[in-house]
Amino acid sequence: MKFYKLSFKNIQKCFKDYAIYFFTLILGVAIFYVFNAIDSQTVLLNTQSYVYELIKMMANMLSGVSVFVSVVLGFLIIYASRFLIKRRHKEFGIYMLLGMSKRKISMILFFETLFIGILSLGVGLILGVVLSQFMSILVANMFEADMTNFTFIVSKSAIVKTLIYFGIMYFLVMIFNTISISKCKLIDLLHSEKKSEQVKLKNPILCIFLFLIAVAMLSYAYYCVTIGVKDLYYAYEIFIPIGLGCLATFLIFFSLSGLLLRIFMSMKGLYYRGLNSFTLRQISSKVNTTVFSMTIICLMLFLTICVFSTSLSLKNSLTQNLEELTPVDVSISKRRNFDDTALEDGWSLGQIEDSQKTIPESFHEMNFDYQSYFDDIFEFNVYAFSGITVAETLGDAYNDIVELYPFLQYDSVEEFVSLSDYNRLAKMYGLDEVSLRDNEYAIVADYDQWIAIRNDGLKANTPLVLNGKSYYPNREKCTYGFMDIASNHINVGFFVVPDEALEDAVLYRSLMVANYKGSTDAEKEHIEKIVHDLEDNPYAMSSTLSISTKLTIYAASVGLGAMVTFIGLYLGLIFLISSAAILALKELSESTDNKERFQMLRNLGADEKMINKALFNQILIFFLCPLLLACIHSIFGILFCNYLLESMGTTQLLTSIFTTAGFLIIIYGGYFLITYFCSKNIIKER
Amino acid sequence: MKNILKIDKIEKYYGSKSSLTKAIDNISFEVSEGEFVAIMGASGSGKTTLLNCISTIDKVTSGHIYVDGMDITKLKGNDLNKFRREKLGFIFQDFNLLDTLTAYENIALALSIQNKSYKEIEKSIQDVSVKLNIQDVLAKYPYQMSGGQKQRVASARAIITKPSLVLADEPTGALDSKSAKMLLESFQYLNESLQTTILMVTHDSFSASYASRVIFIKDGKLFHEIRKGNASRKEFFDQIIDVVTLLGGDLNEVL
Repeated sequence: MKFYKLSFKNIQKCFKDYAIYFFTLILGVAIFYVFNAIDSQTVLLNTQSYVYELIKMMANMLSGVSVFVSVVLGFLIIYASRFLIKRRHKEFGIYMLLGMSKRKISMILFFETLFIGILSLGVGLILGVVLSQFMSILVANMFEADMTNFTFIVSKSAIVKTLIYFGIMYFLVMIFNTISISKCKLIDLLHSEKKSEQVKLKNPILCIFLFLIAVAMLSYAYYCVTIGVKDLYYAYEIFIPIGLGCLATFLIFFSLSGLLLRIFMSMKGLYYRGLNSFTLRQISSKVNTTVFSMTIICLMLFLTICVFSTSLSLKNSLTQNLEELTPVDVSISKRRNFDDTALEDGWSLGQIEDSQKTIPESFHEMNFDYQSYFDDIFEFNVYAFSGITVAETLGDAYNDIVELYPFLQYDSVEEFVSLSDYNRLAKMYGLDEVSLRDNEYAIVADYDQWIAIRNDGLKANTPLVLNGKSYYPNREKCTYGFMDIASNHINVGFFVVPDEALEDAVLYRSLMVANYKGSTDAEKEHIEKIVHDLEDNPYAMSSTLSISTKLTIYAASVGLGAMVTFIGLYLGLIFLISSAAILALKELSESTDNKERFQMLRNLGADEKMINKALFNQILIFFLCPLLLACIHSIFGILFCNYLLESMGTTQLLTSIFTTAGFLIIIYGGYFLITYFCSKNIIKER
Repeated sequence: MKNILKIDKIEKYYGSKSSLTKAIDNISFEVSEGEFVAIMGASGSGKTTLLNCISTIDKVTSGHIYVDGMDITKLKGNDLNKFRREKLGFIFQDFNLLDTLTAYENIALALSIQNKSYKEIEKSIQDVSVKLNIQDVLAKYPYQMSGGQKQRVASARAIITKPSLVLADEPTGALDSKSAKMLLESFQYLNESLQTTILMVTHDSFSASYASRVIFIKDGKLFHEIRKGNASRKEFFDQIIDVVTLLGGDLNEVL
């Protein structure tokens, strides 16, 4: 018989047992293709030009992530194939006994990997092409693009990329297989099945000790990322709780496998009921031998849950406030009135000179006739007082606040807007107007953390001395509002004071807000393009002029949201199928051993119902162990992410957690069920 | 004496019409309560097939097998499991102990499958471990025990449910002669003191000489049957050797 025939037969033979491995490979290939085909998929979408730019950027990011994904998948494939080879040691032993050389056995494996590779790539790509059509719909939906031009697309570049990446992975597997075969000894190959399992019960005192240490480490890590999160000053400090968490996870699985069995064994009534003793022993021996993989799987599940739920909620919060935060089409800001010290801060001489010009003057320099493009134009000035910084305005509350938030910029200059200017702006923006008495000031902000900080100062009735006259807060908290249009709540606060208070103030910057002249989207987009092109004007390069438009803010937010969502989906899906596949493979390969054990139980007279229940419980607990710990980790992980993203609003968190749970139940649960039914099939009475 | 096992003209065919193998060809015999019966035959004579049919692991082509007056060839599904659970005890050549469980738990499993309470289980195991002299190995795992100890644990598991019939398939096959002798003496003790009915398949004349009756099978047919009666074990052994010589063929070679 030719080798390739032998290989082919082998694959056919174990196809049923390892269907889940093929299934995972196919899914991996399909997911890889789908996320790499996004840019080709969306070429034909009928949408604005900036969307293409965004999709292109997203595609670049995704292809970077793909490298990481291929490393994860590569490990999965090597792990799985090492595993499958181990199961077949006896078979190889017989080949060698019959005089087959190691080189030829390697050839058999080579052909097998080749068959598996071709098969999984073929089916995976077909599946990927089909799925990517749905992906186009999702992308179009996200960018609110028109689908009328939509056609069925096959991305050649993504196919080539998938082939290359997976080709390399399979090639590595082949090398790996060859090495592992050349290291084998015949005697070990032949006797690998005979080695009966050595059951070692771990020292219970040591287990309790380790368990307590692990719990203490975990509690500390949890504390660090939630209550103690404010003590994390530097980014690298986050690695301490992460490292502790990983180590503790390992220790928990290590100690729990010994401990749980002890506990159940002492509950004799339960332990010696039906097949419980058998099931518990099975699980414990399995967890015992897979502590390391369990840890990895648990951590991967933890990452999946966090990445999924955070990215989904981030996407929601990125886009939910846009309407409200961009009430006008365009806002132009210009830093004014630099003195010579600005040179030290890195501004150029040209910029310092230019800062004397007003915004209309600047437009004139660029030959931009803003009045024919803009409507509802409102231009006003923002002032500052020398010596009045954040630290100053916090008053007596300053010391307490510094203790809480030591790394905020307390020496930055406070901005002042006159009451009449602000109220006109507020009217235009649809915000609440401010009313002040002669000796009062108000702080307008929308950044939650800063509002909290500033409210402390306001509560203390901190006086503000401008030109020798004292002003007091108009109320005990900040007024909600902003003056620059932005994608989220980032206004850390500015002061609104009576007009006469600004008489001797220093001009700090000018601001112009306006809407585009035009009633249709096309007209507005035309103006947008002209405004957009202003940035490339040579004058604008050497000016302090900065222009934000509603459309660019929208684009950036939607683009960022989409990017985060896709990367989250991509990584989450890969992690999820990888961890579920490892568990399933482990379980299935052992079911072949278990076949004999279950037959023994039948001989003892156990019912099919009892046996199925034992099998179900065994697999369920095996799948639940890493998931449970991962869920506990995730509670704190999500809280931490939440804290990081606090400023962006988190109202959607619950929805995204439910979405995550849905994904988890479908994919992880699906793997669980497939594993159960396959195992049941394997142990079925002949 | 009450009949525990009645085998009524059973046949077992393998293969298709063109190449038919008659593994069992019209065998009938009976086993009474408290008997220790050995079935001897060369490999391929059909003795293991016979045992498999009695233990319901395999199905007969025709004929009937009655255990305790119940026709087990008619049983299906969970009734089969119930039958095995309550009426039969198994002892295999390769012990068939679960390697993940201790000796104690292996024995307990036979009872816990019948949903016996833990108190009952503990008491029964205490009793049986004294009788089979395995108190010292109860806490050990199969890989920590010798072959003889394993087989005695398997025997304990087989008899602890007080089955009507204990089926032993080459129980001494994987044991050295000393352990084999100890095991067979245990069987004798179980049979004589506890009135356990044992049906043992073997091709070893020495093992067979511990039985009270030996049935010889050749080519799927009943060949001969001898009873020990009042003879000593040594005399019975000589009688068996005579029949084996008469049987000829490869059975001699394995001796």
